Amino acid sequence: MTWKLFSLLLEASLMTLLVSSISILVGLGIAIVLSGMRMSGNRALFAITGVFISFFRGVPLLVQLLLIYNLLPVLGLTLPSLATAIIGLSLCTAAYQAENLRGGFEGVPKGLVESAEMAGFSPVQTFIHIRTPIALRMTFPALVNEAILILKSSSLVSAIGLIELTKMAQNLAASTYMPLPIFASAGVIYLAINLVVAWLGRRAENALPGLPTK
Amino acid sequence: MTDHAIVATHVSKQFGDTVVLRDINMEVERGKVSCLIGPSGSGKSTLLRCIAFLEQATSGTILVEGQPLGFVGDGKDRRRQSPAELRKVRSKIGMVFQQFNLWPHMTALGNVSAALRRVRGMSRSEAEDRAMRQLDHVGLKERAGHYPSQLSGGQQQRVAIARALALDPTIMLFDEPTSALDPELTGEVLSVMRELAAEGMTMVVVTHEIGFAASVGHKVAFLDGGKLLFHDTPEAVFQKPREPRLEQFLDTYLDRGAAMLK
Ligand SMILES: Nc1ncnc2c1ncn2[C@@H]1O[C@H](COP(=O)(O)OP(=O)(O)O)[C@@H](O)[C@H]1O
Ligand SMILES: [Mg+2]
Repeated sequence: MTWKLFSLLLEASLMTLLVSSISILVGLGIAIVLSGMRMSGNRALFAITGVFISFFRGVPLLVQLLLIYNLLPVLGLTLPSLATAIIGLSLCTAAYQAENLRGGFEGVPKGLVESAEMAGFSPVQTFIHIRTPIALRMTFPALVNEAILILKSSSLVSAIGLIELTKMAQNLAASTYMPLPIFASAGVIYLAINLVVAWLGRRAENALPGLPTK
Repeated sequence: MTDHAIVATHVSKQFGDTVVLRDINMEVERGKVSCLIGPSGSGKSTLLRCIAFLEQATSGTILVEGQPLGFVGDGKDRRRQSPAELRKVRSKIGMVFQQFNLWPHMTALGNVSAALRRVRGMSRSEAEDRAMRQLDHVGLKERAGHYPSQLSGGQQQRVAIARALALDPTIMLFDEPTSALDPELTGEVLSVMRELAAEGMTMVVVTHEIGFAASVGHKVAFLDGGKLLFHDTPEAVFQKPREPRLEQFLDTYLDRGAAMLK
């Protein structure tokens, strides 16, 4: 295991970080929109979110990625594998994040919504400025957890040709005939990234201003 | 246009089969303070919430500054107001809750300026200037940057009052504003309310502070079992001999104010 090989792995881990972080954020945005649709009181929107969430939570991520990878060209869209990977991971994490957020939204005290209503906020404004920030704070640990899961799951996008940490390790293992040190190094890099994410998450959590007490 | 800021006519409220308000008729004159007293569970909060349309009365009408709030028409023709109409009429009302209901993710300044920005469309600096003046008014200018969790209950309630006042309501509704406070903190909130009453704000105050009701209220309303038994001057309500239900109620509230009336 040379420094040269290790630095190739490190470089590839930047792709892992890029794909994962964009997917987490895009997924969070989608999850908030899904939560809003679910709480809108509109039955059609409610049903759509239910189908979306069941699908992306019930079908293996690898199958989802392969489906999207093969579906997009049929629809006349040829996207680079980076974009395809981000779409796949974002949709999947959105479904999980929407489920995580559900508890947070349900935990927003009714009185906080009523005081917004009395202050003249429309339901959409209340959702954006009151319910969502509070729900996010209440479920923040679950978000950090999901980020770690997505960082690990991003190894699956190697299946659609994106050269990230896992794919790079596979390539190097095949060309150098040294699978053990190479996969061990990849594992260490994943572990290090996730420890840092968990640590940052705890720090951020402590820095967030007060949650509702009830 | 009458001289009445609030007119509740034949307001009844049921939760399922439970009748909580029975045919309430109540008027509050502009610039006057009505204090709502009565045993726990008698429907005081429900009445206040029906006035603000946080709760929908099963029947009856509410007029706020001469305009219907929540429902328009009566009987068969009764229908819900559009959300825009509702917000317009409701903007005349500021409400203060027992649990303060400050938004925990915003500072005191954020709580007071949020609606000025989002609802009134003020710029951030304009809204914050205004909010700062309002916080100063309740004696909390130096606490502007604090989050609710960093404030005492009394301070939180004063921020909540400033938040409501920032929107220039003509009517303030208070639902037991001091009941969640430690006894030593009630004074600072009551004195802000006293000042507000002296400035001529129309107020409806649900309270167990009988002394406050007797001294600040122009009228005292006594609610029992969902019925409005009186709505009269404190002198008329508290003079002896008293209605037995009221006497019994006062006996259970031997605070300083009630003792003073004994
Ligand atoms: N949302 C509700 N659903 C069912 N019953 C309710 C609801 N809100 C209040 N009640 C009932 O209505 C009655 C009056 O309540 P409330 O107005 O809170 O009384 P008060 O404020 O005088 O203590 C109580 O018996 C209470 O249990
Ligand atoms: Mg009550």
